Amino acid sequence: MSARLTWIAELPAWARWAAYAAIGVFVLTLVQGFDDTDRLTAVSSSQSMLRWGVPILLAGLGGLFSERAGVVNIGLEGMMILGTWFGAWGAINYGAWWGLAAGLIGGGLGGLVHAVATVQFGVDHIISGVVINVGALGVARFLSSEVFTGYAGGSITQSPRVPGVGQFTFPVLAGGDIGGWSSPDVLGWFGDRGWFFVSDVANVSKGLVTEVSFVTLIALALVPFSTWLLWRTRFGLRLRICGERPEAGEAQGVNVYLYKYIGVLISGALAGLAGAFIVSPELSGIYNEGQTTGRGFIGLAALIFGNWRPLGVLRGALLFGYVFGLGLRDLGGTASHSLLLVNAIALLGIAVWAYSRGNRNNAGLAGMLCVLTTIWYLTSDTVPDWWVNILPYVVVLVVLAFFSQRLRMPAADGQRYRKGES
Amino acid sequence: MSTGRRVILGLAAPVAALVFAVVTSSIVLLISGSDPLAAYGDMFSHAAKLETLVDLLNRATPLYLAGVAVAIGFRMNLFNIGVEGQYLLAFLVAAHVGSLVSLPAVLHISLILIVAMSVGGAYAGVAGVLKVTRGVNEVISTIMLNAIAITGISAWLIKEWQAEGGVRAGTTTRTGTTPIDDSGLLPGLNGVVEVFTREIGQGKELTGVFVIAVVVGVWYHVFINRTVLGFDLRATGINPFAARVGGVPPGRMIVLAMVLSGAVAGLIGMTELMQTGFYPANPIQSLGFAGIAAALLGRNNPFGIAVAALIFAFLDVSSGVLQFTGAAPREIVVIMQGVIILAAVIAYEIMRRVRERDEARHASAAPAEVPA
Repeated sequence: MSARLTWIAELPAWARWAAYAAIGVFVLTLVQGFDDTDRLTAVSSSQSMLRWGVPILLAGLGGLFSERAGVVNIGLEGMMILGTWFGAWGAINYGAWWGLAAGLIGGGLGGLVHAVATVQFGVDHIISGVVINVGALGVARFLSSEVFTGYAGGSITQSPRVPGVGQFTFPVLAGGDIGGWSSPDVLGWFGDRGWFFVSDVANVSKGLVTEVSFVTLIALALVPFSTWLLWRTRFGLRLRICGERPEAGEAQGVNVYLYKYIGVLISGALAGLAGAFIVSPELSGIYNEGQTTGRGFIGLAALIFGNWRPLGVLRGALLFGYVFGLGLRDLGGTASHSLLLVNAIALLGIAVWAYSRGNRNNAGLAGMLCVLTTIWYLTSDTVPDWWVNILPYVVVLVVLAFFSQRLRMPAADGQRYRKGES
Repeated sequence: MSTGRRVILGLAAPVAALVFAVVTSSIVLLISGSDPLAAYGDMFSHAAKLETLVDLLNRATPLYLAGVAVAIGFRMNLFNIGVEGQYLLAFLVAAHVGSLVSLPAVLHISLILIVAMSVGGAYAGVAGVLKVTRGVNEVISTIMLNAIAITGISAWLIKEWQAEGGVRAGTTTRTGTTPIDDSGLLPGLNGVVEVFTREIGQGKELTGVFVIAVVVGVWYHVFINRTVLGFDLRATGINPFAARVGGVPPGRMIVLAMVLSGAVAGLIGMTELMQTGFYPANPIQSLGFAGIAAALLGRNNPFGIAVAALIFAFLDVSSGVLQFTGAAPREIVVIMQGVIILAAVIAYEIMRRVRERDEARHASAAPAEVPA
């Protein structure tokens, strides 16, 4: 497989990504041909992929800023919880945009605690993160008992309805309005033709440009912005040196503590924004205790999956978002059943790839998993809902098991740094 | 450094953390319009009752086991965040296996405990093997394994194994696995306690798992401090390279530490299982994370973890009374627990630096006494 696909590696980045996406859609199209479903490439599937991917993306980008500055942030989950509470509170009281700002600040406060503990006092990053996760739950519960119980429709675990910032449908591409004139729906037209693969690509693309929340647009814009900020500016270079060789940065006169603080604060703020988006009408429209369901951790997984790079985080977020979004709409479990075959194909790909690199062990293991998945696919018609819920976590474990040697985290990530000790 | 100073430094950190937590929570309570003194008074007078003390020990028992489970990993520089998933899975499987058989009490109870420890150990071992053979960080893998165990495997198995028509628990019917026969339930300790005190009322029952927790604590102390294996484990945790030179295979130590940690974690759910006899659809959760807090506050020391578990159990149990007296929202104790643990780890870090500075001063002062 790697031999035949080398031409892709030589393409410019945008074309390479488009090629990977096209291959992905092609596999999905083929697979759903075997099963009696069109869910895998439906407009609603890619739409929910984007919606469910955004909190993961924001959390992952948050983790990126923190870990590039050398601070491991397990506390993303807790900061996200703070974001959900403050996001709901701000949106209910002051309007949707202020809700986002409140979520940003709430998460940022969590980040501040993490920064004070890890950067200032040198507490172990994992320990501080775990404490923040547990503490955030308590803070949110306490605040709800103090505030939401006083609102109509609110309780100790719930808020009233939360307003959203609004949505945007691209004109021409997906039939959005321009000043009252309803434009044609080009992708929709292709999607309705029922042409093999072409209509599937059109449908998937249409989902990405239909009823997109403004938060989604912001989150997507943050991906190239983060790349630019971290790899093309002086600020980014300094932040990254704190994660690679803080002593070297110190020798160059970089205020390592300051940059670590900034990294962790941005991290918390982005996780908070993710939380504020979770309570917006696009996903739930209400604050509900326990609604983050570990998506901060999934964001962390997307970060690792993406090899600590913004585009990689986006890739991971969309993958996990796709699985989550599909599972939620797929109550019968038929579309997720087709996904099993996709998993098997991916495992086969890994096996071939490992074999071509001479790694018999990995090839054998992947091959075995592939066979097991295929057997499961062939002997069943649907998959249970719990499988859909854990699929992202399983994917992360499998990816880490096969590729953790190829991943490269920032060299000084998670290590204690004291000024003047080197 | 004198012994007195060392003891004071050792105690200063947790005491400072507790004081800081009390002050912070008082401020929070004042801001929210409650009277902190009335709240604390209610909590203490409630906890002084015999029945509340039984509750407190029942709560501290699983907390202590969770703390020891996490501490075994810590001693090896491993962060077993997966205690949560390990104990829930072990709880469920042990409940099911226990309900399938009917044996003499000793065998039945032993079987249930062994199943629980094996399942917990095996599930934790997955993370250990992934770390050794694949280089997967155990923090990430145990987080993923937690999610897989809780939202996946448990959700699936409880559906497969739940008793039809529900389980009768007192006056209500709950969803859960088929109840275990009485022969599989560890008897309570009320009889022992009542020898020294008055009769325990309100249907409270001190769990027999308390004895197991004490045994685990003693075992942990002996194993870590008095056995060759425990020494190897600690040595590998402190310096894996030096340990390897000394003939200790680090990979095997990692897997062993994870398995032992998971085996102890498997016992956490036994407190509830031995009381009710079944695995409910909504078992008591977050004990794994509370265990991390107990291990941190107790500094991985068997006695320290016990004190920490008692403190957290006190906060959990005595906060219940706040709902009735209305002195303060009971959620304040969750904040208190968070603040305690964060303040404690910061305080320990500061103490470590003070001690290092002391040692450096001591070392630089010492050579002056030696004639050149």
